This record gives sequence, structure tokens and C-alpha cells, in this order.
Amino acid sequence: MSESVIIAETSKGSIAPVTAELVSAAIALGTSPTVVVPCTDASIADGAGYDGVSRTIAVKGDCFANYDASSWAAAIDAAAPSGIIIAAATPQSKDVAARVAARRGLSIVQDVVAIDGMNLTSPIYSGKAMQTVSLSGDAAVSVRANVFPAASSSAANVSVVDQSGDVATAVQEVIARASERLDVAEANIIISGGRGMGSPDNFSHLEKIADVLGAAVGASRAAVDTWDDIPHSMQVGQTGKTVNPNLYIAVGISGAIQHLAGMRSSKYIVAVNKDADAPIFSHADYGIVATWEEALPVLESALSSMMS
Amino acid sequence: MPNIVVLVKRVPDTNARIVVSGDRVDLSAVKWVISPYDEFAIETALQHKEADGGTVTALTLGPADSDKVLKDAKAIGVDEIVRVWNESWNELDSNAIQSALAQAVTDLGADVVYCGKTAADTGAGSTGPGVAERLGWASVSNITDASFAGGITVTTPVEGGSAKVSVLGNAVISCDKGNMKVRKPNVKGIMMAKRAQVNVVSADAPASSVTIVSQSPPPAKPAGKKYEGGSSAEEVARLLRDEANVI
Ligand SMILES: Cc1cc2nc3c(=O)[nH]c(=O)nc-3n(C[C@H](O)[C@H](O)[C@H](O)COP(=O)(O)OP(=O)(O)OC[C@H]3O[C@@H](n4cnc5c(N)ncnc54)[C@H](O)[C@@H]3O)c2cc1C
Repeated sequence: MSESVIIAETSKGSIAPVTAELVSAAIALGTSPTVVVPCTDASIADGAGYDGVSRTIAVKGDCFANYDASSWAAAIDAAAPSGIIIAAATPQSKDVAARVAARRGLSIVQDVVAIDGMNLTSPIYSGKAMQTVSLSGDAAVSVRANVFPAASSSAANVSVVDQSGDVATAVQEVIARASERLDVAEANIIISGGRGMGSPDNFSHLEKIADVLGAAVGASRAAVDTWDDIPHSMQVGQTGKTVNPNLYIAVGISGAIQHLAGMRSSKYIVAVNKDADAPIFSHADYGIVATWEEALPVLESALSSMMS
Repeated sequence: MPNIVVLVKRVPDTNARIVVSGDRVDLSAVKWVISPYDEFAIETALQHKEADGGTVTALTLGPADSDKVLKDAKAIGVDEIVRVWNESWNELDSNAIQSALAQAVTDLGADVVYCGKTAADTGAGSTGPGVAERLGWASVSNITDASFAGGITVTTPVEGGSAKVSVLGNAVISCDKGNMKVRKPNVKGIMMAKRAQVNVVSADAPASSVTIVSQSPPPAKPAGKKYEGGSSAEEVARLLRDEANVI
């Protein structure tokens, strides 16, 4: 069996759940994976043991304190064995995987949503078509979350490699998000509002539901462009963020092609819109034809009583 | 003064309907544009020049039909327009594309390269970091702001917020929308662009190891359930728990 290298996804100093999905992707590719954990504290690699993985390498280095693409790629490349490189299709991991691939003179296939032998499928044209490519040799591959089943955890067989990398960027200042709320790019559930919300103040109704569900709040471009209080960091779509949550709730959003580009691959989509003909309904698993003023209070109280 | 290069790509308009015929998309009827994020890269490159002087060269990889996006970049305000191509190329994979672009950037003597965070066709976002790696340069991706007082400082998303990062040495910087307003071509720019010459250069590219097997329409989603009236939200909440199992 050929080898593969999984670059573990980390979040807030621990291994992110999507890493277990990468193990299933590696196995679907017919490879035997080694998990590589970029870290400053090797103990987090103890959380990166899975059925089907015989080896976990903690790549420990000061360069991993902040994200710096070139030193990360150099340190990961030096510590990782050869083979197909597999990473999560998050903005940062796509970036570092592209550099590791380039360092090794390999090609990269991003945003994979299906694997059949050496054939990989990804969305193209913002999801308006799918493309299947075949690999003839090693490459790097990034895999979208919520596509492959999570491999079961087991004890990790960790070896620690100390690695240094020349950091090429210097963080001057970290600006924490104003709200404590999750970013749409990090959330498993997202509730987004569009121009139909009427005013930025009305986003508080979305926030209440987000609090019940532990969700992030997103927005359409029309909302971001119209209201200064809705920052671009909330925008989902072609010129905003591409998200792939388990559940996406679109409220007062018409479903323009550029909005769909950022969220159409969500596992479940709920739409609340007063216009029964809004295009968003053709993509919704559950559509509610109503004003948000009518629907959201009902939704909030139903969810609250279910979650408590 | 900096020699600034901005990478641009010709892509179908994001409003275009994408039709699949046989096992390939048929793009014969679409309108072609500069990839939207590349417009933010052009804007950032022009702001860099306004701060530090130098020249801005727009670089693309593609056959002659890509000249149009170079002329569009010229109309917005870049100084030079360059296209790298080799008649023997077709369906290049990312390794080949990045190698050829890195070679062209080296030949142009660039100090800094700007590009869009992803191209609107592939959505991959591999080109900026991949070219940087081949050049041995720094890279910062998905920036939402840049300033040029005393070196390049960019704002980039990090977990929990964003960070202001200063870039040490040569770099490839990929640009997101941020709060940037992009300038549009003016009449003078459009006139100059008409007369502008595209400088066509050649490069080597390794053989591709990733080949396209097929392209297809997205899988059709089974029709969803649609309810009338706000009170149906209660039923939808129940289905999210009991049928979809997502909450
Ligand atoms: C190059 C380009 C890039 C773009 N990128 C993006 C992007 O990244 N993200 C994005 O979202 N858009 C993007 N757009 C814009 C996109 O085309 C749409 O204009 C935008 O998505 C519309 O936002 P909306 O649905 O909130 O507003 P609208 O289209 O105005 O829809 C508002 C909806 O709210 C409904 N509504 C009104 N009142 C109520 C009520 N009380 N209760 C319930 N429903 C109500 C209406 O029926 C309507 O369907 C882009 C466009 C271009 C050209």
C-alpha cells in the first residue's frame, strides 16, 4: 500500500475533528497514512491517533506559534515522509498544502468532495459544475469537511521531531473579533441574514438563534454592502467565504448564484423567505415561506425547548 | 523602487450559466472577465506603486484569448502587460502553471507579487502560495487590507479575528475583498489599453501529473420540503433534529 501524509488540522491548541475525516479520505485513496501535527506543544499529538494510522509525528517548532506559510511548509516538508499529502480544505491548510506541494514539485487538487480510486472530484465554477481528475503519482489533496466519515480514535503512537523554520512574516498585532461569536469559516451551523432582514439591528434575532445552536451568524453581500454594521468578515459567497457546514439557515436571502457559490454544498439548507418563488427554495431541504418576523420567534422557541 | 507584478486570470463571468455537454463544460457562450479577486490584487498593486513608486506589470498565463483581460488591467492603470505561453501547452496542472509563472516572475525581476485569493473558476487558491514556494519567497494569503509605510503590512484572517502582519523581504500576497473599493477604468485608460502591446514570453513547464477525467453538472439535490407560514418553523425544527440529525 502506498504511503500518505495527513497534515492534522488544529484549532485552539488541539486536534480539530476534521482530522479524523482525513484519515478516511486517505484510506479511500488506498493509502496508509501517517499523521503529521504542526505544534509548539507536542502533547496535543496524543489526540491524533486513529484506527488505520500506525504513526503520528508531532512536528514541534517555534515557527508554529503563528501562521507563517513559508516556515510552516519548510518544517512540515522536512519532517513528513513522502507520499500523497492530505489536508483539510480550510483556508490555512489549503495554503500550507499548496506550499508543501510546490516544495516537492507536486501538483495539488483542492476541495475534494469525492474519491474513487485515484479519481478525485471537486466543485468548479463555484459549484456550478463538478470536475473529476486522476492522479498519476504523488500529489497534494485538500478535502472538504463533512464529506468523509470520521475514523475512530485510538491510542496515538507519537514520535516528536523538533524543527525550526525561518519565519518570513512578523505578526504586529492580533485584532480579536469584536464579538465572541464563531466565524462562519469555523462553524458547523450557520444562520445568515440578507437584505430581507430590513435593518442591521434585526440581526439580533439571528444572534439569538445562533446562541441556542452554537452557530455562527453570516450575511449576504447585499446586507454587507448596505449596512456598515455588518462586516465583510460575515459575508458568505463568491466574494465572501465559502462554507460547508452541517446546517445553513438562510433568512431573507434571495439565493443569488454568487451567494449559492459560497454555501450550496452545506449538508442541510433551511430557507426562510416571504417570496415563495425565491431561488433559494430550489436549494433548500426545508423551506419556510413566511416573513422572518413570523418565523424566527417560532423557530427560536422550538429550538430552545429542544436544546434545553 | 519596487518592481510589482500582479497575476490576473481570464474566467467566465460569475453570473454565467455553466453548461456541460458530454463530459466537458461548454464555455463557448460565456462572457469572460478578469477573475473578481484579481481586481483587488490590481488595486493593491496600484496602491503599492502610489506609495513607493516603481512599476506594476500584469502577468497572465494563457493563449492569445487572454490578451483581453490584460488590456482590461491596463485600462485600470497597470504599466506593462505580459502573457506567458507556449504553443505546446494544454490542460496544465497546478505544478506546471506555478512553475511557468514563477519563471516568468523571475524573468521580470519582480520584488513583490499580488494575486487574487482564488480564481473564480477553480476556487483553488493554490497559485499564490505555490508560486511563492518556488521563488523561495514569503507568502500571505487572503489579505483584506494593506499599507506601505515602512514596508508592507497586511491584514489577514487568523483564528478568532485578524492579524496585522509585516512582510519581511520578497513576497507573494493574495487578496480578498476586504473593505477595498477598486478603481474602474477611465476613458483615457481605455484608449491607452487599446494601443497597448502585450509582451508574450515563453517558459518551461513540467509534464502534468493530474489529468481531467470528466466534468459534470452538480449532483441534483432531491426536492426539499416547503411549508407555508411562520408556524411551520416548529415542524422544521423537529425535522432538523429527527430527520436531518444536525442539531
Ligand atoms: C461579482 C459578484 C460577486 C458577488 N459576491 C457575492 C457574495 O459573495 N455573496 C453574496 O451574498 N452575494 C454576492 N453577490 C451579490 C448577489 O448577486 C446578490 O445581489 C446578493 O446575494 C443579494 O443579497 P440578498 O439575497 O440579501 O438580497 P436580495 O436579493 O435583495 O433578497 C432579499 C430577499 O429577502 C426577502 N425578504 C424581504 N423581506 C423579508 C422578510 N420580512 N422576511 C423574509 N424574507 C424577506 C425577499 O423576498 C428577497 O428574496 C455578488 C455579485 C457579483 C456581481
